Amino acid sequence: METRLRATLPDHELLRLYEQMVMSREFEESCAEQYTKGHITGFLHLYSGQEAVAVGATAGLHVDDYILSAYREHAQAIVRGADPRRVMAELFGKATGICKGKGGSMHLFDPNLNFMGGYAIVGGQLPIAVGLAFSAKYRREDRLAACFFGDGAVNQGTFHESLNWARLWELPVLFICENNFYGIGTEVHRSSALASIHKRTCGYDIPSEKVDGMDVIAVYRAVKHAAERVRETSLPYFIEATTYRFRGHSMADPAKYRSAAEHEVWKARDPIPALAKRLIEEEITDAGHLEGILGNCRTVVQEAVKFAEESPWPEDEEVYNDIYV
Amino acid sequence: MARINMVQALNMALGSEMKRDDRVVILGEDVGRDGGVFRVTEGFQEQFGSERVIDTPISESAIVGMAIGMAAYGLLPVAEIQFLGFSYAAFDQLFVHAARLRSRSRSRYNCPMVVRTPYGGGIKAPELHEESSEAFFCHMPGIKVVVPSGPYTAKGLLLAAIRDPDPVLFLEPTRLYRLIKEEVPDGEYTIPLGKARVVREGGDLTVIAWGSMLERVMKAVERYNAEVIDLLTLNPFDAVAVLASVKKTGRVVIVHEAPRTCGFGAEIAATVAEQGIMDLRAPILRVTAPDVPVPLSKLFDYYIPSIEQITAAIDEVLRY
Repeated sequence: METRLRATLPDHELLRLYEQMVMSREFEESCAEQYTKGHITGFLHLYSGQEAVAVGATAGLHVDDYILSAYREHAQAIVRGADPRRVMAELFGKATGICKGKGGSMHLFDPNLNFMGGYAIVGGQLPIAVGLAFSAKYRREDRLAACFFGDGAVNQGTFHESLNWARLWELPVLFICENNFYGIGTEVHRSSALASIHKRTCGYDIPSEKVDGMDVIAVYRAVKHAAERVRETSLPYFIEATTYRFRGHSMADPAKYRSAAEHEVWKARDPIPALAKRLIEEEITDAGHLEGILGNCRTVVQEAVKFAEESPWPEDEEVYNDIYV
Repeated sequence: MARINMVQALNMALGSEMKRDDRVVILGEDVGRDGGVFRVTEGFQEQFGSERVIDTPISESAIVGMAIGMAAYGLLPVAEIQFLGFSYAAFDQLFVHAARLRSRSRSRYNCPMVVRTPYGGGIKAPELHEESSEAFFCHMPGIKVVVPSGPYTAKGLLLAAIRDPDPVLFLEPTRLYRLIKEEVPDGEYTIPLGKARVVREGGDLTVIAWGSMLERVMKAVERYNAEVIDLLTLNPFDAVAVLASVKKTGRVVIVHEAPRTCGFGAEIAATVAEQGIMDLRAPILRVTAPDVPVPLSKLFDYYIPSIEQITAAIDEVLRY
């Protein structure tokens, strides 16, 4: 297989993938700082380390395709096109947030972007993705539902119920399991009888594959190919992207259950410097340009924080809105 | 006797009961190696082994269902659900099976299990991590719903819950986990289920609360001659204690952090209206959250009953 970057995407697209990963990382690291300062409260689950999955996958989808995710979803929303300023404001609980500052970190939503939500309940989004796919098929629309979830979700009943339905009714769902190997502190092999998650789909006759979730190009290729297949056949497909979160489950989790050695192995596979190295080696860009991208992302994130800080709190009466029509 | 917080009191109760009775097993997400998200079961897996302190997959329905099976056949499971909002995935097992095993088997089986879970607000996360949906579970005949309001009641009630022959949903107020310390005896003691306690005597009105609201109520009543009842068990609740107090005071304010409609306050109010109306001198007032999902951060302060709202309700009933 042709492995050079330019054989996969044109230069500006490659650089966009890089920029989106950097943006995601900078945004999340800024969130960590704002959490420490007390500006972001509650539970904050950061995506640092997993960027290649959201970025590569989103690039492999159409903008009409639905995206659903779990509670580690800031990057998913931003990569899909959500304004970082309004996402940050949401995390702060400010009125300018993309959900009016009422939902915070785990409940981002933007139907304008076909971003159909972050979900705080593990596995809660899977049947909803199947329903969206059913509706798309019923309405003869050319769109699929891409449903992201973690390794922890695969032992919920909803996982099995959803896979069965998607295959039984031949629905265009692309299941993307982000396997970061830990459900909080419990490793996959301590929670799943068959730890090789993509193999579990055989019970539902859904084809599946495993992809290196630390390689944005590999994720892009796999998702693009899978999405085309789902569109052509109107059948579900399943991708397991193996990845790693560089931080704890949430900011409240010191992640003492993982060894420093293991952490180092994965840090060495950080998807951002890995892509940078290839971009430079293949003479697509130079280090100076990549520095410039980092600088721009930092500026955007700083502006997002400033916007969130300066935004007003919601009015008290806002709690009564959006319950009924 | 030591001054400890609620996490320590719960840990003490579970540890002593694990030592006392090898039928007690603990299961839940990250309760073992990680010691639970709020560290209530810290150190237990090392002490008692992974056969008795079980890290489960993220499968709330199976956690509760497994516990039912264990309980039906000789064990005393204490299951942990990470947050009350996560228990909705296990609603079927709780409502359809745990609550009805005794009835369905005509008492040939019983279900001596405890489901422990943090509930309520105070950690500044919205909705599913801050739910106060205790009333759902009070609507399940066959399940006891128990809510401690501090370290002392937490230990005594948890020991009683584990020893109770029927299923108990044990709601731990998240906000209080580390907020207050109390003197807690080192030795075993139980607080009977189904019994309220009068935490403050008074003659002008009765304020009824439970869980985390009790702490707020105690601050609100400082300058009133108010009797305060801590229900401790919501189902079955201690109507005798409530009615006795109403007979004395003639005025009732009920405070809960759950939404208003069909909140447990409605059940108490209905009971007082049915059985104590001749003792009433004022309308029964409820101070509750509004009928909306728990919002994030700043709006939470508006959402949760405030001291001002409680004193306003007290002033209102005292006008009669």
